[in-house]
Amino acid sequence: MYVAVKGGERAIENAHRLLANARRGDQSVSEVTLDQISEQLGLAVDRVMSEGSLYDRELAALAIKQARGDLIEAIFLVRAFRATLPRFGASEPVDTGAMRVQRRVSSTFKDIPGGQILGPTFDYTHRLLDPTLAEGFVPEAPATAEASTAATPRVTDILGRDGLIESSPQAEEGASVGDLTREPLNFPADRDLRLQNLARGDEGFLLAMGYSTQRGYGRNHPFAGEIRFGEVEVEFLAEDVGFAVPLGSIELTECQMVNQFKGSATEAPCFTRGYGLAFGQSERKTMSMALVDRALRARELGEEAVAPAQDEEFVMSHSDNVQATGFVEHLKLPHYVDFQSELGLLRKLRKEFAEANAEPMKEAAE
Amino acid sequence: MTTIAELPPGFADKVLSAQSTFRSVMDAMARPGSVQRIVPMAGAPDMMMRGTAAIALTLFDHDTPLWLDARLAESSDIVKWLKFHTGAPVVQDSSIASFALISDGAALPPLERFALGSNEYPDRSTTIILQVDSLDAGRNFELRGPGIDGVATLGATIRPADLFERLRVNEALFPRGIDVVLVADDAVVAIPRTTRVVSKGS
Amino acid sequence: MNAPAYNFAYLDEQTKRMIRRAILKAIAIPGYQVPFASREMPMPYGWGTGGVQVTAAILGPQDVLKVIDQGSDDTTNAISIRKFFAKTAGVATTTATDVATVIQTRHRIPETTLHENQVLVYQVPIPEPLRFLEPRETETRRMHALAEYGLMHVKLYEDIARFGHIATAYAYPVKVNARYVMDPSPTPKFDNPKMDNCAALQLFGAGREKRIYAIPPYTQVVSLDFEDHPFEPYRFNAPCALCGAENSYLDEIVTDDKGGRMFVCSDTDYCEGRQAAGHHGSLSAAPYKEKAGSHG
Repeated sequence: MYVAVKGGERAIENAHRLLANARRGDQSVSEVTLDQISEQLGLAVDRVMSEGSLYDRELAALAIKQARGDLIEAIFLVRAFRATLPRFGASEPVDTGAMRVQRRVSSTFKDIPGGQILGPTFDYTHRLLDPTLAEGFVPEAPATAEASTAATPRVTDILGRDGLIESSPQAEEGASVGDLTREPLNFPADRDLRLQNLARGDEGFLLAMGYSTQRGYGRNHPFAGEIRFGEVEVEFLAEDVGFAVPLGSIELTECQMVNQFKGSATEAPCFTRGYGLAFGQSERKTMSMALVDRALRARELGEEAVAPAQDEEFVMSHSDNVQATGFVEHLKLPHYVDFQSELGLLRKLRKEFAEANAEPMKEAAE
Repeated sequence: MTTIAELPPGFADKVLSAQSTFRSVMDAMARPGSVQRIVPMAGAPDMMMRGTAAIALTLFDHDTPLWLDARLAESSDIVKWLKFHTGAPVVQDSSIASFALISDGAALPPLERFALGSNEYPDRSTTIILQVDSLDAGRNFELRGPGIDGVATLGATIRPADLFERLRVNEALFPRGIDVVLVADDAVVAIPRTTRVVSKGS
Repeated sequence: MNAPAYNFAYLDEQTKRMIRRAILKAIAIPGYQVPFASREMPMPYGWGTGGVQVTAAILGPQDVLKVIDQGSDDTTNAISIRKFFAKTAGVATTTATDVATVIQTRHRIPETTLHENQVLVYQVPIPEPLRFLEPRETETRRMHALAEYGLMHVKLYEDIARFGHIATAYAYPVKVNARYVMDPSPTPKFDNPKMDNCAALQLFGAGREKRIYAIPPYTQVVSLDFEDHPFEPYRFNAPCALCGAENSYLDEIVTDDKGGRMFVCSDTDYCEGRQAAGHHGSLSAAPYKEKAGSHG
């Protein structure tokens, strides 16, 4: 006798207990702390904050721990929490020109005001596995000096002074900033929404998209005008006080690409821009984002949009890893009802096919 | 001048009152012509019926531009109450309003002055909330359309008297159009753009 | 740490207002997909976040909630969603179709006829019926605006040319109130006729795709077809092995690796109700044989 499957509730509870044990691993090994994650896996925390759209190192570290190091799962946890937070408003635009830079490189000029600052980077490390890091490693104290008081103007501002690069569009006074987490997205989307989408977008997806433009799928001749990483102040204009109140400072990475120039009979030729911004130190992400941002400006700049990275609907609809992973993984859910319907149809078609193909033989035999 | 502290209060329990009010409005919209009751009560400023006040608290916020008829717009108590409890921006231009509150049906502007939506986005249209004298007595109307099992009947006293004639514009506009919520005290009847109404006299 | 504290039915009030406004417009424009700012939910996109948001926006303490997946109350995803609402909204839950006031479903419409005091909330993965014919939202939106559905008819006709039948077995497109072509979600086409002139309000939520749409009660819903190829609901031609029902949609259960099959109701509440009322099926795992006329 057949009995329908039951006991799903207990199965779920047991599975979650098993997960909790698998997450903890061998209990004779000491438990990883949030401080350890935040301090020693800092770039993972940065990525989770960026793509999770929430600047909170502690919660991001918790999410990474809870997700067993699966960063997309951690991003999802942070996003689900963020979605329940009340929204008080939008901060004033941060001034990255006034950033306290820890790292700042430009590939377009040998030297720039404020200097090139290599900072903490994997660049020029030789990628040799280092066994001394396995345990008990104490790094040599970093070299220090008086903090420089020299201004570090953005390379694009320097180019802009001579009109060599298109001016950055000024925000309309009083215009609200688009927010695709509060308003449904419509196409064509303005650049503020595109940039928000890319900032939340999956690093791997943007990397592949940006890379494809370099290989000729929507090439736009990029130069890394500047990449800078450091701390900026965040301010909020409190209406009842009437002035901007500082909320604190956050770490950001900004990438400004200087791209293929444009010009026309009425307009002097000038370079164009691609922009990338992310929480924490996220250079690969911001560089990829800047490449894709520039590619998505094809329509606006009068270029033919033919490559995937130039296709706004394609890029924006598929960049979000929380959406993508949910829908790919939903194929795990039962589909036996629709499969059964498909099965019935297929059997019918096969039967008809067999009958149709049997007929000529029958006729021949008669 | 009324201070904020003197304004009539909002819902005692914001969450559950809004849910209950919404279900009444949803049922009204899903079953045009049916009279739904709004149970949770909030304080309401003069000229605003308690049903209207509950709907405002349930559906309005910063994201819903709101148009008020002249009588309501002139009342600083009404404007202050709406601003304080809902945060909805009051707009002069009715064609960008998500909602319009009409206390004086005789002064209902021509419907084409409201947002009718576009063929691509017919949802971007104004929902008119119209206070009427009665939703249980008056002229008899027959309603047909989605949400109605055959024919629904409604007895109501409504100003403007030609409201349903004017709403016939919905027929030609569809999928664009105007949706109307009628309020009489705590009673609510919705006339979405798909409903066809004929008068049966009194 | 900013320890999370969650609202009744999880969603914050601003989000509920936004969803509620979308639901009202969806009801006013039957079959039209209203864009809404879908939120990240504590379950993955594609696992019912649209349905969950709609349910969370309408649910009140007096409601009785039923959640089904594949017709069953006991599939893991149905249990997970039911527990979510029992926990965040404290609502009563049930498996009995006729006592539920809100039914959230994935892939099925209950066999028991729905009544006026019920709302059926569908989880929808891809709300756009034209999406597989035209991937661009800008294009499909224009087609709906102009009620230009020729492409859909061409696709269905190509099926007939190639297979002799319309080769769509689930998510079979319908026309609502003679205007909008609508995706009924991946329900088997067997369920399509239940949508027509239904006494209950039907709401559809697509979370990842950020769309809400509705069929008001007593609204005409027609499955697309051709005069010479009329719409035919499919059902495996056998009685349920447990309750003997001859008119319910059946799951095929593989009983061994030698071709053994049995067919039982997909709607577990319906099946249990019939068994409780004394109806019985063969109860035996009869081997399935490809027999002419045994299906279709």
